[in-house]
Amino acid sequence: MKIRSQIGMVLNLDKCIGCHTCSITCKNVWTSREGVEYAWFNNVETKPGIGYPKEWENQDKWNGGWIRKGDGTIEPKIGGKYRLLASIFANPNMPEIDDYYEPFDYDYQHLHTSPEVKHQPTARPRSVISGKRMEKIEWGPNWEEILGTEFEKRSKDKNFDNMQKQMYGEFENTFMMYLPRLCEHCLNPACVASCPSGAIYKREEDGIVLIDQEKCRGWRMCISGCPYKKIYYNWKSGKSEKCIFCYPRIEAGMPTVCSETCVGRIRYLGVILYDADKIKEVASTPSETDLYEKQLEVFLDPNDPAIIAQARKDGITDSIIEAAQKSPVYKLAIDWKLALPLHPEYRTLPMVWYVPSLSPINSAVESGNLATIGKAGVIPDIRSLRIPMKYLANLLTAGDEEPVARALERLLAMRAYKRAENVEGIEDLQVLEDAGLTKKQADQMYRYLAIANYEDRYVIPSGHREMNVPEAYGEKSGCGFTFGNGCSDGQNGVNMFGGKKVAKRDVIKTVNIG
Amino acid sequence: MSNLNFLLFGIYPYIAIAVLFIGSWIRYDREPYSWKADSSQLLDQKGFRLASNLFHVGIIFVLCGHFVGLLTPHAIYHAFISTANKQLLAMVSGGFFGVLCLIGLVMLLKRRLTNPRVRAVSKTSDIFILVLLLVQLLLGLATIFASMSHLDGSVMVLLGDWAQSIVTLQGVAAAEAMETVGIIYKLHVLVGLTMLLVFPFTRLVHVISVPVKYFARNYQLVRQR
Repeated sequence: MKIRSQIGMVLNLDKCIGCHTCSITCKNVWTSREGVEYAWFNNVETKPGIGYPKEWENQDKWNGGWIRKGDGTIEPKIGGKYRLLASIFANPNMPEIDDYYEPFDYDYQHLHTSPEVKHQPTARPRSVISGKRMEKIEWGPNWEEILGTEFEKRSKDKNFDNMQKQMYGEFENTFMMYLPRLCEHCLNPACVASCPSGAIYKREEDGIVLIDQEKCRGWRMCISGCPYKKIYYNWKSGKSEKCIFCYPRIEAGMPTVCSETCVGRIRYLGVILYDADKIKEVASTPSETDLYEKQLEVFLDPNDPAIIAQARKDGITDSIIEAAQKSPVYKLAIDWKLALPLHPEYRTLPMVWYVPSLSPINSAVESGNLATIGKAGVIPDIRSLRIPMKYLANLLTAGDEEPVARALERLLAMRAYKRAENVEGIEDLQVLEDAGLTKKQADQMYRYLAIANYEDRYVIPSGHREMNVPEAYGEKSGCGFTFGNGCSDGQNGVNMFGGKKVAKRDVIKTVNIG
Repeated sequence: MSNLNFLLFGIYPYIAIAVLFIGSWIRYDREPYSWKADSSQLLDQKGFRLASNLFHVGIIFVLCGHFVGLLTPHAIYHAFISTANKQLLAMVSGGFFGVLCLIGLVMLLKRRLTNPRVRAVSKTSDIFILVLLLVQLLLGLATIFASMSHLDGSVMVLLGDWAQSIVTLQGVAAAEAMETVGIIYKLHVLVGLTMLLVFPFTRLVHVISVPVKYFARNYQLVRQR
């Protein structure tokens, strides 16, 4: 057993109002640069829809993620090592900028400088790549907002597989939900596996997947390898970029920008301990529908004394173990099984999980025989919900409806229990028992999901950067963070011109204190 | 032997090679963020797969052909093939892959100059290197026609002597070998040397980064902070 720790995220879709604050704050902080205007490390999609980039979930088209071969091993779906390198001159599985959208800005200055004209001057769009006029904007980062575009186009959504989707095009049966997306910081990342340069790596201490910008050569294979299409090619720098999980903030014990600014309090961040030796075996699970349950087996109970002892042996600090014991992600995903992974069938073992969304009751008025649960009597049964279970299952559990039903049942049971308590003044333990919950769990669920206090949502141990520096004094007045060649004097230990490195102070050994 | 001939074929090669190595070293060490293939595939893919594959397959074969053809000592290849036949082999295979490369290169150059997005993000060096490659390729293909008038392989032997003298640090002998060859060969060699000279300052550096290590490594990489 080799225990490692990961900062995971859970998003409670039930509370997402689709305000895009996460996307905007993320963009302002990380991708408001030339070359990545089109790149949204975090974006919010309206589902059903084909999403951003177009049809990202359709792996018949993009070949992202892993594929299990006949001999039981897995390899990236874009091909094994030989096939992958053979396509290095022109990547056959790479989206074009139009699959995202051509980034544009408006001629705002024209509003100031226009001469006196008959009609009010306008600010017309202009491509920020070519600088040329764009007569008509035909696609954008959130083109399908609140079911924009016709059903015919939206229904290409891969999550409609194995469903009679035509009826959901009718107004009476239509449904929607929001899906905020970011890098999944997978346990078995396909982007890492498909990088020819070895520039992408997973960090041991917090599981954040990063691209070494100085090692990236721009071979573009990661863009195809990632099934979530969350690696973007910076057309200006010629390197790939991705969500960095705000690692400078995480190291300082602060939540990511998208989480911090979420007005709906839907995001949770917490530590998960996992067994790194099991990853390969679990990712190679034969049946796709078993992948969710198998992934749960990788996670370890942070309260188990044997696990704690092993974790310490593997170099995990006590502050991380303590955080793992209080982790909201552990509670939501493993303890209560409310949160589910996004598309486990890609075999990447994603680490950003989603609590499925409840939805308004469907056609209750006309039928008049609304199924309800518990003594409260007004909380509908999951079968009355508008979003089809199969759709959520295709999104979150490779089509297996049972875990989705369990999560929704538990969400409703908690509500029925709390309603009975607060409105009728009775304790309805039966409804909890039916959903497999204890009173303590339900009370905690209420605290975490409904109240959702800041300190309950984000339990992040600080990174102890100081432990990574062998001699802190040597770093004093040094360069700190540099991007590109800010003030570095090369990355080799050898300086070709002789002399000492300027980025770091040479600590002079003066006296030996015995 | 004229001074100019000695300068161009006895000294210039060493300048070009020195700039190639030292320049690449400095860039790799000091500017790693600039070391990249600099692909524009994201911006336009129409016909790109065909063009890029033709170009790269063609040029890789042609380059390997030059290395093997120029640097194999005469005594060694005589064990397998006569000089005249070796020239014929070089003309046919080099011509075939040269034409593949030419088709790809022309398609890529047209794309770079006419596609508004690709044109807008192109650096001067991107266009310059494509034009230089085109000139060099056309010169190279032209030598095939020039060679048809002397199929005995004598010029090829002289060029081989030049290259082998250069790598064995005999500048005078190298320049002497080039004295009598035709102008078209001389131009081809000079443009080739110039490409080595500009190599570290263009996107050509990605050639050095052929990711052969990929075959040897595990799929997953984990690093400590």
